[in-house]
Amino acid sequence: MSEIREYIGIILIVIGLGFDFLGVLGLVRLPDVYNRLQAATKCVTFGSAGILLGVFVLQGLNSFGFKALLGIVFIFLTSPVAAHAISQAAHRARIPLSKKTVIDQYEEDKELKEGNNVSS
Amino acid sequence: MNVKIKSRLVVFVLSVLVWCALVDVSHIQEVIVGIIVAIFVSLFAGRFLIQEKGVKNIPKRFIKAIVYLFKFIWEMIKANFHVAYIVIHPLCPINPGIVKVRTDLKKDFSLTLLANSITLTPGTLTVDINDEKSELYIHCITVPSTSVDENSKAIVGKFEGLLKEVFE
Repeated sequence: MSEIREYIGIILIVIGLGFDFLGVLGLVRLPDVYNRLQAATKCVTFGSAGILLGVFVLQGLNSFGFKALLGIVFIFLTSPVAAHAISQAAHRARIPLSKKTVIDQYEEDKELKEGNNVSS
Repeated sequence: MNVKIKSRLVVFVLSVLVWCALVDVSHIQEVIVGIIVAIFVSLFAGRFLIQEKGVKNIPKRFIKAIVYLFKFIWEMIKANFHVAYIVIHPLCPINPGIVKVRTDLKKDFSLTLLANSITLTPGTLTVDINDEKSELYIHCITVPSTSVDENSKAIVGKFEGLLKEVFE
């Protein structure tokens, strides 16, 4: 029984590491800061959650396992907020979007607002 | 009961429970320290958790919340395979852009959850919220279309209905 638990835990950790690796690969391959954040938030959140879940399965229901579970909850809560803050800051600092970008309605609305402020 | 006091009590109980899960409960001094910390936490930050009273249909909302959780996890697994496919593909097939979507949600809590869910689901990342007009600006890795209404349906529609039933 404990052997099966060990296998499941190690498989979960391997899956998590795989997704973490893909996230890092995305960080290198994608063109601009916004697309890189996409890879960083999704794959790295899921990958880290997988690793922590594996740790929980390996450890069982003791205080160590609960720490891993709480870690999952906090990663899920904080990682999107961090991505949101970084992307908004990047846009405010006028970091350009990549050349493949087709549409930027955020920039359009911002210009509209500033134009209204100037005219009034 | 006053809403603020109720909120502080809930935060207190929750933080004591989390503390007890984290430490070894058989030592009494650990529990005492936990209670002291929980008192401080609920004094300083307790009033933010519950901000209104008279919420109805709590069991129904609870079931909907669990349905939402499972839907969210499913969407998130899909998101991961989507990003993994793009990253592994030799040409990186992306078509990025920032689009604007509208939502009917009004409360801060549900808007926050919606923005977080959108960030963790396929190909989308919330850049900014305009909470006066309930508009979200979303960076998409592949833009579905240029019209605001179609985008709203495609991106927000998946979660909006459930979140509305849970929180509003």
